[in-house]
Amino acid sequence: MSEKKTERRDFLFTATAAVGAVGVGATVWPMIDQMNPDASVKALASTEVDVSSMNPGKTITVLWRGKPVFIRRRTRDEINEARAVKLNDLKHPEKDEDRAKNPEWLVMLGVCTHLGCVPLDQKGDYNGWFCPCHGSHYDISGRIRKGPAPTNMEIPKYEFVNANTIKIG
Amino acid sequence: MSDHEYTPKSNFGKWFNDRLPLLTLANHLTDYPTPKNLNYWWTFGGILTFCLVTQIVTGLVLAMHYIAHADMAFDSVEHIMRDVNYGWLIRYIHANGASMFFLAVYIHIFRSLFYGSYKAPREIIWIIGIIIYLLMMAAAFMGYVLPWGQMSFWGATVITNLFSAIPLVGEGIVTWLWGGYSVDNPTLTRFFTLHYLIPFLILGLVVLHIWALHVPGNNNPVGIDVKKPSKDTVPFHPYIVIKDAFALLMFMIVFAFFVFYTPNILGHADNYIEANPLVTPAHIVPEWYLLPFYAILRSVPDKLMGVVAMLSAIFILAALPWLDTSKIRSAVFRPLYRQFYWILVADVLILGYVGAMPAEGLYLLIARVATAYYFLHFLVILPILGFKERTLPVPLSITEPVLGGSSNLAAARDDSRLEKLK
Repeated sequence: MSEKKTERRDFLFTATAAVGAVGVGATVWPMIDQMNPDASVKALASTEVDVSSMNPGKTITVLWRGKPVFIRRRTRDEINEARAVKLNDLKHPEKDEDRAKNPEWLVMLGVCTHLGCVPLDQKGDYNGWFCPCHGSHYDISGRIRKGPAPTNMEIPKYEFVNANTIKIG
Repeated sequence: MSDHEYTPKSNFGKWFNDRLPLLTLANHLTDYPTPKNLNYWWTFGGILTFCLVTQIVTGLVLAMHYIAHADMAFDSVEHIMRDVNYGWLIRYIHANGASMFFLAVYIHIFRSLFYGSYKAPREIIWIIGIIIYLLMMAAAFMGYVLPWGQMSFWGATVITNLFSAIPLVGEGIVTWLWGGYSVDNPTLTRFFTLHYLIPFLILGLVVLHIWALHVPGNNNPVGIDVKKPSKDTVPFHPYIVIKDAFALLMFMIVFAFFVFYTPNILGHADNYIEANPLVTPAHIVPEWYLLPFYAILRSVPDKLMGVVAMLSAIFILAALPWLDTSKIRSAVFRPLYRQFYWILVADVLILGYVGAMPAEGLYLLIARVATAYYFLHFLVILPILGFKERTLPVPLSITEPVLGGSSNLAAARDDSRLEKLK
């Protein structure tokens, strides 16, 4: 390109284009962002669950942000089974100790990480959960063992408010 | 169309047409020259227009009674079925109309595949057609969500989750599509809006599709270029109009059979259970017209690659005019392509079948083989076939085989002229 002097007109073109781009962006963004979760949806972000009546070996399903959350009070055998698994055998290696801080209680999103179906309790080849949609098998720690799902079932943020109450979210 | 120019007869007609060429447009529905050998596979364009209009009219009426709200949608559909005058009829026409629309579009697409209608100079018609097909799938999917039954809800969950396979931004996109952390009321209302919008987008594209078609004119079963007007053409009206009308009547008999005798056979019983976010039905299956692609999705054991394979299976069609290297359009003169064509038809039907079956054992194996073959057909067989295949002699005009006996005989008699053509 030959040496060309920058003229006042070039400045005007650039300035016009820049202001135009900002204007278009500022107009389009509200149109896009209005589809994101609104304030009323975000307000329902936490749920408290009373687990005092649960015996070992029982699973309950509660709704949190429109999604099912599995709460399982695991038996001694199940905890041993979950902790005995070698990390090398896992598609998405995670220690059971990291997934269930209190080994007796497993709290996780009951959503298959493949395409979002709800897996069935105490089914499948690994004595945990089985997703009927596309055949993913999860173990008793909710870790993916076989099938198309890429990752373990997600552990939501939760805490024990007291001995009998879990707060999810 | 280049050989065919239209001038209105009356002075007023000329005056008007010079200012707005509406009469030229109308002429395309009257004495527009059309190849005289079009067979019944060519009647599906008209049938598809009928399907689109039917869906728009019945949909408009249904929208007057339907309530797009997660708490009321399911009940409002039952209200349409039980209380609204003829509501059952209008909803059954709309629901079965979607299936009839896809039935017709698949015949229309496979007609193009057989007779090479996608080849030069008709690539733009073909690509617009593929875009229409994609929009049809989007409209059908969103429409299926509206009754808010179990299949609606879980179908919406599974399909929107396909986007979560995208690295990094996938989860954000899914949340954005849902307007929440799961499929819920915001999802339903936006799907309703888009479901209402898409048919009009399709209508606009159909106009472009026909416009693009009327530039080179129709392909025909022999697949040769036809001079217009000539001995090889007949006026669109009455010849093609009557043929289209007869085919449409036959099609409407099939349509009416489904509506009046087995209105729910193409649906799923689970969709008469209201949506429940805590329970996934034991066996989720999409509507029949999406099954081949569903089978491809499930045959790949990796989430992202499964989604990529499924989308590629559709988008590969848009590249077809360039993947098929043969200069001969019609399969009538391509003995090898004809066989591969029928293998592809069987392959797609097999994919559809295994897509409806559980993804395990033998079904999974068949799905994998059929998926591999589907891509093999488009990416390997078609490009090579164009160079390797010994095609049969092509007649010089449509009239020639009629006057000279069998098409092959007539053309074979004069190979020198064929050489000139090449």
